Amino acid sequence: MAMSMVKRLRKGLDIKVVGHPANKLESYFSARTFAVKPRDFIGLSPIPKLLVQEGSEVLAGDPLFFDKANPDVLYSSPVSGQVVEIRRGEKRSITDVILISDEIIRYREWPRVDPASLDRQAVIQRLLETGAWPLVRQRPFNIIADPGDEPKAIHVSGFDSSPLAPDYNFVLQGKKLAFQQGLDVLRKLTSGKVHLNLNVRHKPVDTLNEAANVQINWFDGPHPAGNVGVQIHHLDPINKNDRVWYVRPQDVITLGKVFSEGKYDPERIVALAGPEVARPRYFKTRLGAGVEQLLANNLRNEHVRVISGNLLTGQRVEPSGHLSFYDDLVTVIAEGDQPELLGWLFPSYPRPTASKTYPIITNDAPEEGFVVNSSMHGEERAFVMSGQYEKVLPMDIYPVHLLKAILSRDFELMEGLGIYEVDTEDLALCEFVCTSKIDVQDILREGLEYVRSQS
Amino acid sequence: MDPIKPLRDAISKPLWEQIEKLEPHLSNKPDPATKELPRFHWMHSTFDAIKTFLFVPPHTTQSGSHIRDGIDLKRTMFIVIVSMLPALLHGILNVGHMHFVSQQMYLGLFEGFWHKLGFGLLHVLPIIVVAYGAGLGVEFAFAQFRGHPVNEGYLVSGMLIPLIMPPDIPLWMVAVASIFAVIIGKEAFGGTGMNVLNVALTARVFLFFAYPLDISGDDVWIAQMADGYSGATPNAILAKVGLTGNLMVPTTETVYSTTTQTWGHYAPLDAFLGFIPGSIGEMSKPAILIGALILVVSGIGSWKIMVSLVVGALFTGFLFNAANAGFDLNSPFMAVPPHYHLIIGSLLFAAVFMATDPVTATQTDTGKYIYGFLIGVSGMIIRVLNPAYPEGWMLAILVLNVFAPLIDHFIIRSNIKRRLARG
Repeated sequence: MAMSMVKRLRKGLDIKVVGHPANKLESYFSARTFAVKPRDFIGLSPIPKLLVQEGSEVLAGDPLFFDKANPDVLYSSPVSGQVVEIRRGEKRSITDVILISDEIIRYREWPRVDPASLDRQAVIQRLLETGAWPLVRQRPFNIIADPGDEPKAIHVSGFDSSPLAPDYNFVLQGKKLAFQQGLDVLRKLTSGKVHLNLNVRHKPVDTLNEAANVQINWFDGPHPAGNVGVQIHHLDPINKNDRVWYVRPQDVITLGKVFSEGKYDPERIVALAGPEVARPRYFKTRLGAGVEQLLANNLRNEHVRVISGNLLTGQRVEPSGHLSFYDDLVTVIAEGDQPELLGWLFPSYPRPTASKTYPIITNDAPEEGFVVNSSMHGEERAFVMSGQYEKVLPMDIYPVHLLKAILSRDFELMEGLGIYEVDTEDLALCEFVCTSKIDVQDILREGLEYVRSQS
Repeated sequence: MDPIKPLRDAISKPLWEQIEKLEPHLSNKPDPATKELPRFHWMHSTFDAIKTFLFVPPHTTQSGSHIRDGIDLKRTMFIVIVSMLPALLHGILNVGHMHFVSQQMYLGLFEGFWHKLGFGLLHVLPIIVVAYGAGLGVEFAFAQFRGHPVNEGYLVSGMLIPLIMPPDIPLWMVAVASIFAVIIGKEAFGGTGMNVLNVALTARVFLFFAYPLDISGDDVWIAQMADGYSGATPNAILAKVGLTGNLMVPTTETVYSTTTQTWGHYAPLDAFLGFIPGSIGEMSKPAILIGALILVVSGIGSWKIMVSLVVGALFTGFLFNAANAGFDLNSPFMAVPPHYHLIIGSLLFAAVFMATDPVTATQTDTGKYIYGFLIGVSGMIIRVLNPAYPEGWMLAILVLNVFAPLIDHFIIRSNIKRRLARG
């Protein structure tokens, strides 16, 4: 690795939180229920066309539903078993398709084939049929890739820098062949480069380090250096009408198995982490796993918030809920719903902050990090401070001006200020550090939806 | 470490329970059962402001990031107020000191210390009380009518206003100016965060144009000044006479230098340490520098603006020196070495506390350098070249407040152009 190839990002923030998953894998764990949740997919119709009903028996890889606007993209069952509930939300929208899993997974099977021997269209066709296609997403907008597009590049971020994130060196160890097979599938999908973006701070495992037929890029910096959007910005930024695709590391393996094993096998190693988890560690399970069994006998107290994903961008789920489609992390924190006497002046317990107004002496976290909770630590106000967001956003973008352009629905200004280059996760730290407690991710999501609906 | 743990343990729970009990009577929403507004609904904003002062409310994150930074606007504004305290304390002492010096009493700084402190307090505290009372009254009323929470911004403005007033300012003027500043300078634009002009300077500029005799000239900078003493500020002396050696010697020699204990001039050290006449908070440069240190270390005040403003002022000072020498202008003020400008008048105070107001300054990092530099340049131009009034920072900052969005606009445009050129 030539050092000159390392992209050094100075801006950003690593939030130290207790409850890192120990490098210990529960292999024999099995969740009972699994779910595929239409709301996990940005832009999907709220009432997709169901192909199963309550009571249907399915194999892993059998399609569950599709969007009538985009009928080629199938959403398949991650397990074999029975559809036990189709849960509906407001206006008859479908929120969860819940399955009870067999003990031993049975698969719908396709012929095994070397993707290199297929043409691009046949590779895409196979991914669509098996239901693996939704694992491939595009920037801008963070939606499922359009099978009719050809992306200018495909990116895989080989590390997750967000708080308490799973360590891919642990998750991917010993999976070199399967991972390479997945990368070879991606290779067929673009005539541009396949980028594998790695972290120079922790030497990656062979699985990542010795990957072939890809362009390896090195990054050095605090969170959000692991965000694929930030990486794309520094390698080959997205311009208007560009399409860039990306896949998460564990999903790369799933894509490979579609060809090498002829089945849709979304096995996932999931991290359970956070200050309220008694024994944070890893579990071998599958996409959409129920969190109930993960949490059983493993919580420090009852009054908690369970999050599918990380602290900055994850979705709150019920303790009986399920992991979201793209998540491989469950984080549990305490609810911070206690009033705090003069808390703005004298914090009653240490809390993470990017602000230098907290002297160490009043805010001394234990070595391993802060015990965080869901408190707002203040009230929402108008924008007052400046320069705060820029310190945690390692991109050549003016975040406050972008947000103001969104609030005033100024389409051209949003484009000019780089809305195509960011997703909500890239500005999540801006939301964390905000003195005025502005809901940055909500505003950006609105803007992205607006731009998408206009173009 | 929690310094108030015993207090917290003792009163937190009962106090919060009392507040919860009072809440229904002070809500601004109709009772769901009777559809009537509660009896004290008109007190809602005031109640809410007190409640959220005492307690950080138990709000949890509902969307986006599940954890939030410990910082909020209350803490931020509190740090700014703390940073102004050294300047305020010096101001109180110096108001007393200058008064007694003009009476030719207690010439040593610590002679009659308690008299000076008492006199200063009697003059300065009422101004603070009136500035806060009048301004906050308007703030609370607006919050009530418009249904938004009381914003913490005025806690800083209400402290800045007294610091930039002459010590003898009539209290009713402070009240009128504060009310004017809050209504026209801030609420008319939509409240804290939306204002174009610095609120405290809006108050001052209002008085400056409405009642010029009470806020300029040689007679207002020393409280209850004795007849016969010259109340000329070092600014005024340098504008008229220029430097005499390294001393500031007025035409009538009835001024007293505290640091050299001699009559007839002010020494540079007097100006630096702040034993000179002037607005209440602007005089002590060490106190202002302590404030600057607090703001910069805590990351709340922009050092970029402070430094570029000073650089702009020094740069312009050098130009004046050169122009004066090169064109034989014989202007005493233009001939003053640039570093003298840093210790007289309100340059440093303006750089540290006024220009750095994040709402009215430029928002972009590059913009901050330009903004600060231009204030430095235009403030010096107004200070030195304006024949009527030898000070310029108030007007310079207000002018650049207006131009700040334009400066940002050009920075933003260049970012957009870069992006489009790439595509």
